[in-house]
Amino acid sequence: MNHFSNHKQEIPIVAPIKPDGTAWSIREKLWLGLSREEYKQQFLRNPINWLLIGIFAVGIPIILQRYLFGLSTVTHASNDYPWGLFLGFGLFGMVPLSASGFLLGTTVEIFGRKDFVPIERLALLNGLLGYFFAVVYLEVDLGMPWRLYYPMFISLGPAAVLFLVAWHVATYLSVQIAEVSSAYFEWIGWLKGKRFIKSIAIGLTIAGIILSTLHQGALGALFNYAPSKVHPLWFSANFMWIHFFCSAIFAGLSMVIISSTLCKTFMTWRCDSRFMDNVDKLTLGLGKGCAYAMITYLVIKLVGVAHDNDWAYLLTGWGQYFLLELGIGVVFPMCLFAYGVKNQKVNLVRFAALISVLGIVWNRLNTALIAFNWRLYQEIPHWKEVWVTITIFALYFIVYRFILYRLPILYQWQGEK
Amino acid sequence: MNKLFNRRGFLQGGLAGAAAATISLAKPSKAQATTFEGYPNSMGVLVDLSRCVGCRSCEAACNKEQHLPEPELPFNDFSVFDEMHHGQKRRPDETRYTVVNSYAIPGREHPLFRKIQCNHCQEPACLTSCFVNAYTKTPEGAVIYNADVCVGCRTCMIACPFNIPTFRYSSAFHPRIMKCIFCYDTRLTKGLPPACVEACPQEALTFGRRTDLLEVGRQRIRENQGTYVDHIYGEHEAGGTAWMYLSPAPFEQVGFDTSVPKEPILNYVKDFLSIVPMVLTIWPALFAGIHLLATRKEKMEQQNENQGEV
Repeated sequence: MNHFSNHKQEIPIVAPIKPDGTAWSIREKLWLGLSREEYKQQFLRNPINWLLIGIFAVGIPIILQRYLFGLSTVTHASNDYPWGLFLGFGLFGMVPLSASGFLLGTTVEIFGRKDFVPIERLALLNGLLGYFFAVVYLEVDLGMPWRLYYPMFISLGPAAVLFLVAWHVATYLSVQIAEVSSAYFEWIGWLKGKRFIKSIAIGLTIAGIILSTLHQGALGALFNYAPSKVHPLWFSANFMWIHFFCSAIFAGLSMVIISSTLCKTFMTWRCDSRFMDNVDKLTLGLGKGCAYAMITYLVIKLVGVAHDNDWAYLLTGWGQYFLLELGIGVVFPMCLFAYGVKNQKVNLVRFAALISVLGIVWNRLNTALIAFNWRLYQEIPHWKEVWVTITIFALYFIVYRFILYRLPILYQWQGEK
Repeated sequence: MNKLFNRRGFLQGGLAGAAAATISLAKPSKAQATTFEGYPNSMGVLVDLSRCVGCRSCEAACNKEQHLPEPELPFNDFSVFDEMHHGQKRRPDETRYTVVNSYAIPGREHPLFRKIQCNHCQEPACLTSCFVNAYTKTPEGAVIYNADVCVGCRTCMIACPFNIPTFRYSSAFHPRIMKCIFCYDTRLTKGLPPACVEACPQEALTFGRRTDLLEVGRQRIRENQGTYVDHIYGEHEAGGTAWMYLSPAPFEQVGFDTSVPKEPILNYVKDFLSIVPMVLTIWPALFAGIHLLATRKEKMEQQNENQGEV
């Protein structure tokens, strides 16, 4: 299992210098030290790649259609439902799943929990890519994607919540690029750059906490603009931002658990012993964090219902749906996390993480699409809209994998650091 | 040459933007908003549902005035009143800024007709939710839109409690928000009533100063005891609107959303906006402090080691 290509048994490129003493060139590093033919072979033997090719074969023409003939040709976005799946999943779903970067950054750099170092870079990368692709989803959805920079430089509306989201996501993206760049600097062998990033790590991490608190919350606060449209159970004027922020905590942690599980299972050749030896223990640690965040979330969800006196709604069909979401998406994984952590059942914690990630995406879709306009009608996304969403996610997967294959995320760079 | 100029213009815009951001952070613009009671002489329209006969003259006039595309069915075709889309009656869209719908009211012989268009709020949700300042509330009372800066995020459509702004989804290269602008450029600035008001043969629409219209509305309710519901829709809805309605039947029976809050939508967002400076100031100190506490053992050990070496 611990090999990458049928022809080369050793682990590809973990140090600046080849076994024979000469340095790897960047080109060789990009090709993972394989010849073109060998690279092609490893690409084609992986069934996942065939699936990806299938997704893109249909998805790319649909994306072209969207850019050439307008949003109405691929989506069901309407005047009643201005935001569809691209934002419902791509922005409101991807961003909480990417809270991992600031969470693990805080754990390691601020709380001084150096035992989480083996998984820190994975969490940072997960955060960076999640945000980046949330912006990609946004670019698919925006009416005039070529004007993305307008709120920054051309015409400013600083009193709007979205203004805050735009600025914070942009700044936080830069912060995350800086954080992940230390792995890149090691890989290209520019140690000065890495040392510089290390010297400002605390500042970057604290900036990350501030920006994350505010824009995770701001995504929730966006729905504060629609007090008469979102169902009262999913809407709470005072607690909306706290609900979104708090749920991002266990969403981000769960996403790292899932990502590390996939790496550990399908990318064993790329993981070094430090990662492999620690991942089970760290998964339990992350699971514990999830359980605490979930009980907090559950309490403030309840406080939200009590504060607005929405109890009567719980007896309606909407109420049952609301309880179903909380039951399956939060209470169930919370119990699994607690039981799994207590009894050292790592795989149970991993299963709980999967449920919790799906649960949070479900919650965001419920808020943005299903409970939105609850008194009008429910919009069912066009199949092309679903396919484009999957295509962008496949692109996210490919970039994620491309970086994990190369940069020292799952392994430690040998030699000078 | 041309290119150079553009880039310079862009950079200047950027600098001005950065400066504007700093200034707007320094100035408590929100405090002004809390005390804003609307422009004193802003205009409005009072719609009296008891007078409307559903002739759709206003729709036709609007279509002509705003150069909107010709509709599939002519304006004298009344079968449109039966049109349903997702179980909903007709609504404004990119081809029509205003529509009239018919409502059968239990216990009434004739249906009531209700005209829908932008209500031109005193503190518009579209305006306050827009992150590129594409909307303006003019002193004359109109809420107008600038397509040149719009990014197409459609938050205004989420925010509008009356579902008014619509988007030109059908265009890939020239999409924009389409909504009633109170005939601002062609009429309102010249002191003229909007085209729909002028076209109304029934005087169901009364154009005037908003403050005067409230008086007119109250007078009509008072002088025709039992005719109207004792409420002017739009006096307080969403913080007050320029277009207001009088109805002889309960408002929810005529398709009005009575759950629209009686305060500006912006008030729902202020709670969140007020935590922003708090997080910005408290978080750095708090987390730097936690960092120092969490790593103090390490630091002390390091110090001890150093001393031991000396």
